[in-house]
Amino acid sequence: MSPSKLITRRKMIYGGVAVVAGAGGLAAADRMAKRYGLIPPDGAGIYGPGETLTYACQRILNANRPARQFPRSMISKNPFANEVAPPTDEFKKLLAGGFKDWRLVVDGTVAHPLVLSLADLKSMPIHSQITEVACEEGWSYIAEWIGTPLSGVLQEAGVLPQSRYVVYYPIEKGLWESIDMADATDPHTLLTMGMNDGDLPVGFGGPLRLRLPRQLGYKSLKYVTHITVTDDIRKFGSGKGSVDPDYGYTWYAGI
Amino acid sequence: MPAASQAKQTAKTLRHPAVVRATHWLTFIAFIALLISGGEIVIPHPRFYWGEVGNVNTKPLFVLPIPASRDTVPTSYHYVLTDENGWGRSLHFEAAWLVVLTGLVYGVYGLASGHFRKHLLPMRRDWTWRAYWNRISRYLRRKPPNRGEENSYNVLQQSAYLTVIFILFPLMIWTGLAMSPSFTSVFPSTAALLGGRQSARTIHFFVSWLLLFFLIVHVTMVSLSGFWRRMRAMITGYTRSSEEDS
Repeated sequence: MSPSKLITRRKMIYGGVAVVAGAGGLAAADRMAKRYGLIPPDGAGIYGPGETLTYACQRILNANRPARQFPRSMISKNPFANEVAPPTDEFKKLLAGGFKDWRLVVDGTVAHPLVLSLADLKSMPIHSQITEVACEEGWSYIAEWIGTPLSGVLQEAGVLPQSRYVVYYPIEKGLWESIDMADATDPHTLLTMGMNDGDLPVGFGGPLRLRLPRQLGYKSLKYVTHITVTDDIRKFGSGKGSVDPDYGYTWYAGI
Repeated sequence: MPAASQAKQTAKTLRHPAVVRATHWLTFIAFIALLISGGEIVIPHPRFYWGEVGNVNTKPLFVLPIPASRDTVPTSYHYVLTDENGWGRSLHFEAAWLVVLTGLVYGVYGLASGHFRKHLLPMRRDWTWRAYWNRISRYLRRKPPNRGEENSYNVLQQSAYLTVIFILFPLMIWTGLAMSPSFTSVFPSTAALLGGRQSARTIHFFVSWLLLFFLIVHVTMVSLSGFWRRMRAMITGYTRSSEEDS
């Protein structure tokens, strides 16, 4: 056999191994993704493969791991908050009343739907964490966030076993987000009412912000008033898990 | 096999194996997508910082003299560019996966086949400054490549390729992961070793310029040494002996 034929054969073997490994890997990944729920609600479309790979890998990597926390000395002295839409009349009225009438509604696939005041939330176990807010724009800051874990509220409402996502809405109409049960039951997912030893300022989402330290800032909705637990995310909006995909942004923002 | 076709066969030399060709072009596609989307991702906040945190209330390391796509960022321009960060980011991460997976295939192939050792590792006698200088002076005097160089890489090419493959691309992946709030939760040292998340972003930005610089030099050198002949070699895998002599 001539040397050139040998080279061709070796090349074919390498090529064959690569194709088989690639196809086998994809098939195995697909099976695992379906079995363990590793496909995000916006896992279709041209950017679906990238989004799905990121989500699936980080779900496996992150399981039961704490969020990254910082020493108190690293708290940012001049934190920055993006401006939000001008407050609605409803918000202004609640603000004038010192948020005494602020209510958080918890419903959906739960045994006991709840309506909680801030005082109710403050009577639940209070945790604090020093974590970083990273915005998709590129900037970041570190703050201490004080509140009660979402998991405790969900436990009190009695989440039904078929539940898969937790949808949350701010007071502003039209906006909504959702997270999977792994994030919803994570002790670091905080219904935040305080920041740096004071009340959570309005500019930073006060009186109530859902803080999600392992995802970009846009998942940490400000002014949360409503939480709905669901077994079928496709019923909400365009079915992609939040308003983000409608604007080209990914539903999962762990990067 | 007819004699004529056999003669043609032997006149062709395999220059680039199929895996190298496929991964080369996949990396090219991914890199262009990363470059365009990366440029876009900078536009919302064209300020750079050092350390863990940075925002418009902190002192920047430097600010790019370009308009921003968000009105919260102070620039010297009186207008705001449109926000394209949604698809920009989605394309960036998809292309990042493509380049990482392609790099894995290439890396495994390069080690298993001896491609790195045989073609990219400079020969022992080239491990001197003199070898570098000799090769640079050949370029400067615009001397054509040696007969032996035509089907291998010289020490400058080898060093450039090794730097891109084993230093710049891994550094891009590292600094990219250091910006992921999810990844750094599992591996905080990814960010901490670089000085923090914002340092990682700044390094990511500079290394992308180094990679762009490599791309420009690479395409220039390919053009100077015969653009279509080199392109054909990287697409079909073969160079023709008759062309090599020309």
